[in-house]
Amino acid sequence: MSLEEWTHSLQDMRQQAAIAAKVFIQRDYTNGTVCQFQTKFPSELETRIDKQQFEETVRTLNNLYAEAEKLGGSSYLEGCLACLTAYTIFLCMETHYEKVLKKIAKFIQEQNDKIYAPRGLLLTDPIERGLRVVEVTIFEDRSLGR
Amino acid sequence: MNNCEYQQIEPLSLPNPTPPPRPAAVEEEEEKARRKWEVFPGKNRFYCDGRFIVAQQSGVLPLTLGLILVTTVLFFVFDCPFLVKHLTVFIPAIGGVLFVFAVISLLQTSFTDPGILPRATPDEAAYIEKQIDNSGSSTYQPPPRTKEVVINQQVVKLKYCFTCKMFRPPRTSHCSLCDNCVERFDHHCPWVGNCVGKRNYRFFYTFIVSLSFLTAFIFGCVATHLALRAQGGRGLIFALQESPASAVELVICFLSVWSILGLSGFHTYLVASNLTTNEDIKGSWSGKSEAEDTGNPYSYNNILTNCCSVLCGPMPPSLIDRRGFVPVEQSSQTVSMEMVLPMPAAKEIKVVGGPTPSQLPPSRALQVPSSPLPATPLSLTGRPQFSCLF
Repeated sequence: MSLEEWTHSLQDMRQQAAIAAKVFIQRDYTNGTVCQFQTKFPSELETRIDKQQFEETVRTLNNLYAEAEKLGGSSYLEGCLACLTAYTIFLCMETHYEKVLKKIAKFIQEQNDKIYAPRGLLLTDPIERGLRVVEVTIFEDRSLGR
Repeated sequence: MNNCEYQQIEPLSLPNPTPPPRPAAVEEEEEKARRKWEVFPGKNRFYCDGRFIVAQQSGVLPLTLGLILVTTVLFFVFDCPFLVKHLTVFIPAIGGVLFVFAVISLLQTSFTDPGILPRATPDEAAYIEKQIDNSGSSTYQPPPRTKEVVINQQVVKLKYCFTCKMFRPPRTSHCSLCDNCVERFDHHCPWVGNCVGKRNYRFFYTFIVSLSFLTAFIFGCVATHLALRAQGGRGLIFALQESPASAVELVICFLSVWSILGLSGFHTYLVASNLTTNEDIKGSWSGKSEAEDTGNPYSYNNILTNCCSVLCGPMPPSLIDRRGFVPVEQSSQTVSMEMVLPMPAAKEIKVVGGPTPSQLPPSRALQVPSSPLPATPLSLTGRPQFSCLF
């Protein structure tokens, strides 16, 4: 297909993907203030995605956040070292939490690309919503033809 | 199953309503793009382009800094020479280390985001409102909104924050001075000029502990200095006359050491039981009735674990993204999305979703490698187009 044809097809289509709804997956506080999200499957997504798939995504997210906030040898070491240097190492070093956040961002992007975008859904990284909610944007399901 | 293929789009070859092509569009984006701290709704002030955050009123932070500086400088100038000569050179060394610790942790407490929760987006607020309204009538002012959750087999009430338009997470409180919800809110400290919350509690604790050591140390050294000078029957008055600065230091240290030591002791107790000042004052977990089994649901029931988790736990990130760019919403441009995205011809773009002007996807989803605003969702006035081939 030539570029002109492609241009015309784009103009012809002008199918604009509008947002049908947004679902917000809330935090799950049963284990305290650690960052965990509810795995309950929202009814609005029933027609779009498999329940298993969705719960798997949220469960993996929860595990990643648990890893970020884990209290263990390495986090204590980081904390003690920081204390000894009057916390100035935070200025030059990336914390463990930040490293895991990058992993989470990559994971969400992967999930969006492979699973959610083809179904007309979009996951928003919770860090952009203050770690309060997982925002799932549902786009209108219009079949696009030429 | 839809088989969507992502197609190349040549921005320069597409007919665009607004000349010229991408450089101007990009420039307009850059000019209009503001950082999030500039539009922050709370009552905070920002310095160094959003790198530092303080409360609106700096409180008595200058006084705190001034007192510490003046006392320590006087100590080094007037007392240390005598003490080094008569005792040991370690005295100014120890004093120096304590002073550095105290000042650095004070500055970090004052200029660090205490754990401010960003306010709910309009969509989020509407979603929560809908859920609340579903459970009751909404014809007139509804009763105060609370939600109950069970944390570690204990019922905790979450309150709805009318300013931030969300249910506050547990241990979060809204500071009226800063007009923000702060996670693990301890208290708003005027001496430090900032709230003390989840992210800066360890700095605050280091500050008060190092300050109490510093004050006690200076007090002890000055007293020793005066005692040594007054030796040989010459008397205290003589000693004071020889070193009047010591009198100033003595007074300042004597008055402050009790309160600071007391505060350190109190916060050590709070750290060991994983409580916040807010919870302790309100008596949230003190067990109001004998029948109810109330206890702190956040405590690990082990002093060492509590201390380690509060002071040495992982450092949570700042949630307010001060230096990120504000998405330019509803701009007057009529440029379609393909024009806004600056991309080299050979690169593939993934047109994932179609946001309306006010609802923007994260920039990562749009995968624009050469985007001028790396941290922002790109603003799009025109609706983008799916390109799917079946």
